[in-house]
Amino acid sequence: MSKRTAKDAHLPVGECVTQVQDILRQRLCHQRLPDKPEGVESQHRHLLELLKRTAIHGESNSVLIVGPRGAGKTMLLKCVLRDLLEDKEAQKSLLQVHLNGLLQTDDRIALKEITRQLHLENVVGDKVFGSFAENLGFLLEALKKGDRSSSRPVLFILDEFDLFAHHKNQTLLYNLFDVSQSAQAPIAVVGITCRLDVLELLEKRVKSRFSHRQIHLLSSLTFTQYLERVRTQLSLPDGFPDSRFAQDWNDGVKTLCGDKSVEEVLQRHYNSSKDVRSLHMLLMLCLSRVSVAKPAIKPADLLEASRLCFADAKANMLHGLSILELCLIIAMKHLNDVYEGEPFNHQMVHNEFKKFLQRKSNSMYNFEQPVILKAFEHLQQLELIRPVDGSSAKTQREYQLMRLMLDHSQIMEALQKYPQCPTDVKQWAMSAFG
Amino acid sequence: MKYFTRLRVRRVYKWRGEPLSFNRKLKTFEYGSLVISVDGLPRTTVINAGQHILIEGEDEDNPYVAKVIRLFGDESGKQKKAVVQWFVRVSEVPLSKLKLLGREPHPQEIFLYQGRSCDDEVNAESILRPVQVKHLDRAAPFPDSGDKDTLFVKLSWDSKTFRELESAAPVASPPPPTPPLPKPSLPPSPPRSPPTAAPAPARRALPTPDPAVMRRAASGEVRGGRATASAGKVGVTEAESLHLASRLSASKCSSARRRKAIARTPGVRKKLQLSSPEATTRQDILDEDRASEMMLAQRLSSSPPLTLRLTHSLTPLRKAGAATTPRAHRLTPLRKAHGAAVTAEDTAVPLEPDSRTPSARDDSTSPQQGDETEAELPTASGRTPRRRNATPRRNSSSSRGQKASTPSRQTEPNQREPGLTVLIEEDNENSPMLSAAAVTPRSSKRKSAQLVSSRIRKQLNLLENLQVLNSDGDDDEDEFVPSKKELQSSSDEEEEEEEGALESDEEEEVLSKKSRRAAAGSCTPRSKRKTTSTSARTPRKTPNKKIPPGTPRTPRHATPSIPSRSLPARRPGNVLEEARARLHVSSVPESLPCREQEFQDVYSFVESKIVDGTGGCMYISGVPGTGKTATVHEVMRCLQHAADVDEIPPFHFIEINGMKMTDPHQAYVQILQNLTGQKATADHAAALLEKRFSSAAPRKETTVLLVDELDLLWTRKQNVMYNLFDWPTRRHARLVVLTIANTMDLPERIMINRVASRLGLTRMSFQPYSFKQLQQIIMSRLNKVKAFEEDALQLVSRKVAALSGDARRCLDICRRATEICEHSPADPFSTGLVGMSHVMEALNEMFSSAYITAIRCASLQEQLFLRAVIAEFRRLGLEEATFQQVFVQHRALCRVEGLQPVSVSEGLAACQRLGACRLLLLEPSRLGVLQRVRLNVSQDDVLFALKDD
Repeated sequence: MSKRTAKDAHLPVGECVTQVQDILRQRLCHQRLPDKPEGVESQHRHLLELLKRTAIHGESNSVLIVGPRGAGKTMLLKCVLRDLLEDKEAQKSLLQVHLNGLLQTDDRIALKEITRQLHLENVVGDKVFGSFAENLGFLLEALKKGDRSSSRPVLFILDEFDLFAHHKNQTLLYNLFDVSQSAQAPIAVVGITCRLDVLELLEKRVKSRFSHRQIHLLSSLTFTQYLERVRTQLSLPDGFPDSRFAQDWNDGVKTLCGDKSVEEVLQRHYNSSKDVRSLHMLLMLCLSRVSVAKPAIKPADLLEASRLCFADAKANMLHGLSILELCLIIAMKHLNDVYEGEPFNHQMVHNEFKKFLQRKSNSMYNFEQPVILKAFEHLQQLELIRPVDGSSAKTQREYQLMRLMLDHSQIMEALQKYPQCPTDVKQWAMSAFG
Repeated sequence: MKYFTRLRVRRVYKWRGEPLSFNRKLKTFEYGSLVISVDGLPRTTVINAGQHILIEGEDEDNPYVAKVIRLFGDESGKQKKAVVQWFVRVSEVPLSKLKLLGREPHPQEIFLYQGRSCDDEVNAESILRPVQVKHLDRAAPFPDSGDKDTLFVKLSWDSKTFRELESAAPVASPPPPTPPLPKPSLPPSPPRSPPTAAPAPARRALPTPDPAVMRRAASGEVRGGRATASAGKVGVTEAESLHLASRLSASKCSSARRRKAIARTPGVRKKLQLSSPEATTRQDILDEDRASEMMLAQRLSSSPPLTLRLTHSLTPLRKAGAATTPRAHRLTPLRKAHGAAVTAEDTAVPLEPDSRTPSARDDSTSPQQGDETEAELPTASGRTPRRRNATPRRNSSSSRGQKASTPSRQTEPNQREPGLTVLIEEDNENSPMLSAAAVTPRSSKRKSAQLVSSRIRKQLNLLENLQVLNSDGDDDEDEFVPSKKELQSSSDEEEEEEEGALESDEEEEVLSKKSRRAAAGSCTPRSKRKTTSTSARTPRKTPNKKIPPGTPRTPRHATPSIPSRSLPARRPGNVLEEARARLHVSSVPESLPCREQEFQDVYSFVESKIVDGTGGCMYISGVPGTGKTATVHEVMRCLQHAADVDEIPPFHFIEINGMKMTDPHQAYVQILQNLTGQKATADHAAALLEKRFSSAAPRKETTVLLVDELDLLWTRKQNVMYNLFDWPTRRHARLVVLTIANTMDLPERIMINRVASRLGLTRMSFQPYSFKQLQQIIMSRLNKVKAFEEDALQLVSRKVAALSGDARRCLDICRRATEICEHSPADPFSTGLVGMSHVMEALNEMFSSAYITAIRCASLQEQLFLRAVIAEFRRLGLEEATFQQVFVQHRALCRVEGLQPVSVSEGLAACQRLGACRLLLLEPSRLGVLQRVRLNVSQDDVLFALKDD
């Protein structure tokens, strides 16, 4: 960094790579907000206007931001807040309260958190906070005392909004929306949720008090835009200290995106999900392969990263099983085929396995019953099989009903890649019936 | 507290002599006089017709004054009634009206009450004791008598104006056969005779106060002063509300004051018990002054310029003496010094009758009453030893004070002033901040003092008993105290110290502490019962937390509030913004259109109940957003206005909301708090309310209770609802309950019979608004602000009326439409008004479901999965399938589409994403491939959404 004397100064490659890692990782790990939210300009404007009115005019509002996971709801809100706080007037007056449905699991906790974030607890001094009822009364009192023109507006951000709807009586939501609909302290309630049916969760009176503004973040991203986004995400900014390196890197990214195989991989990802997070995950895996020795992202990196992303965890787990356990799995598969998905127990699996040994096997020999039981239990521990819900623990272990948690395709795929799998086992697995 | 006093002085009322006459119609016997005797005591008091009496009121230490006209009882002799002519005290007259007087009222002045709103028939058992009332000419000056138990009547008051007494002669009480009742008729009791009182000060002359204590007291004062000064805003609002309250009714005024005092200082009570009655009486006087007119500051400053000097001379003296004094001595006040120095300046600050009342009653109950009461009251005797050792001293002082004829008694009101000024002086030394405005802190301190003083008055009854209780322990005080002290643990030392400070600078310390409490009080909701029963122990907490003197204390606001903004909110700039502000649900419209009939019904219902002084219930139902709560509020506003202009008797409006409480039983707590300002646990509150609504009290106001979201008050036993509906049926309750809920048949659906029956059949249902009404509502809100096109308005109202008839929705849509209009690119043809297109857009935004868009925006695999789900449903003929089954279809579809087959985890991820959006309904994800999948949207919608691609 200290060598930033001349614009065209050549930094050592190591330095450059560190810089690249720094910049891109910040971007990909959501540590830095994009300068401008892409693809959601209108929503951005809408939300900004709304919050501005609360901050500056003291108008109470409520709004929901709805969109699938990874659609950029929180990013949008953060961008809006950043832009909002650039306004001096808004910055001076706006109070923020951030709540998360996963953290504030009931109204009691939520109220305490609100009090804390509004710095109202120092009013109570060193007093231990009273009961839930007192808490609520306290907060309502505080909000009631304010009025539109003189109190500082409060912005309530409820992340995972749908979880708040599960609180008892929806007391918190009712009260927040009620304040937002009455002449009390100006507040804006912004809910963030991925549930499209969130309004149906609200109780009728709560619903009536909600302003029914919803901002939907449903990205209709086309593949070309997706490609473009990949390129911009990987490109280095203009301000990069070593402009030559930056130039090279950006060119490299451009050619990378033009590559046929890369395009194919990205298409597959695009088909799978338009979620920004999964894209970032993919790019992050590529980025981690950039080193001094290889200061660029190559198509092979992307292919490898994609392979990792699409890897089937359960199928991979099968690779670590012993032959006996694999045989048991195959026996279960056959049982599933025969009985059309009905649950099985250890004894049935053992019998199936014994049939295989008698008829087809020449490489395998019979195991003791306890050994097989042990293998069976190991599979259960790995959750490749799980007991049927209703079956009680009273039944003997051998007769406890189980279900296979694997799809046939996973088993076949694992068998293909299983190292040194005996051919007769393979054939047994392929054969239609036991 | 109330319990104690009630328990302690149990009076027995008996008729004296044979009935004078018998009224056949009413079946009542008229009697000439009534005998009041305190339980277990030989002494009795006789009340005759024509005599002036004190009647138990809400404010126990400022009882109502009245003149007995007639005494009568029913046949059985159970009920004893009295017909009275009321008098109002200065404190009962609204402050605003007090100006009409044109002069400063005398603190002992009372006015003949000629208003109509008070029932002149009272229960004879609420009579406390006789009082002397003197009628004076308007021009005549108030006699400067030291007798505080004489009240003076000059004018009459009919709740609007002051008038000359029509004829002084008939109203004037016949000269009482005995000299003024409280004092001379009750000679001082033996232990209180001068000989005992005299030695006490003599003994006390030796010790001098510890400087530390002094300083602490002073700093306490500083803190108190600061706290109140900084909480000035609160004080102001309080004064305002006090003012308001006083306008409602005279009697309510005092209770309101008291309520506030309670609200602010739950802890004060105990302190009060510790403080000497002397201090409290002084406080009392002070307070009385203040309550009657806010001119005390002037009076104070005018009264003793001498005291200032005096205090200056006193302070160093104390400090000098302090250096060597052991702690034991600290306990004694420097009253002696005071007494000596101050006797000179005998500015005749009139002594207020109330301050005397305790002593008077005390006397009437004779010496042995002390023992009696002690025996009667385990609570009193069961006090901690600390209490005891505090009280004897106080007691002795008060016994001294009781000799009103001695000069020391009369100077007491002045004595306190030096105390105050000392503090103010020290205040200024310690805090330059305060010295800048020496007057303000004082006045605010006064305010806080005033706030607590009504509390103190309540305490008097208790204190008087304590005095008696400890009067015989007076002599052994000296050996008693030190031994106690040795026994005390180290933690108690502090308390002891505290007490010492308390003793030495009683009034100052008490004042300061009170004001501190007052500041902190309302933040710590402490149950009332707790405070009272734990006696001297609990309040220690606060003193212990004291910060060292000199350090500034952060101000504590009594009630929390959102901080106010530095810049004022911007006003709406253009027509659209103006319209938006008007359309906001929160803006209160001038009138409520379209609910005239409902308004009328509710109004007449409540009004009739208020006028008749009866009670009743009403149930109001209607879907959300049909103006139920708004209508009731509007009714209340109108009624309040009517009450303000004296068209109807004053009433008390309380509102609770089922959604704004955490538990149905909290309803009691909230009602009680709104009604009296007390804080109590739910059970206790229920008991108190029960008592309140089932007992008769003179001059009781009607209470109107609005219970919003009634259905949430449902409990399994339904006792909350039962009580709410049962209270109005009580004879003396005077309670009108208006309940609001959404469902029309709520009483039938969720209430058990006895509850539904009590709710009665006064029902009202708010229909959803029709489109015309909605249109009218918007128009009236906009109030000639031209922002909407006619058609646009009609579209909105028709659409909303068709869907829900919810006015809130309607307003929200209009608001959104103005926003859209504002941000839509300027169309050369457009009028700048909100047109059809904008409204359509807003409607679409709010009413259209996002499912279809969401499906269209989903990724390809997600769309394929949805198709697979439908395909599998068709295959199975069921609306449910396991993921495994769907996944087979999914793979097949992938092959058809020419895509790479998906892996299980990929498919599962797509499935989970759809589940998170609730396009699919899924079982918990731990079930993996076995989880069952259902569609949350109709199959047609999915197919429609996917067809276009």
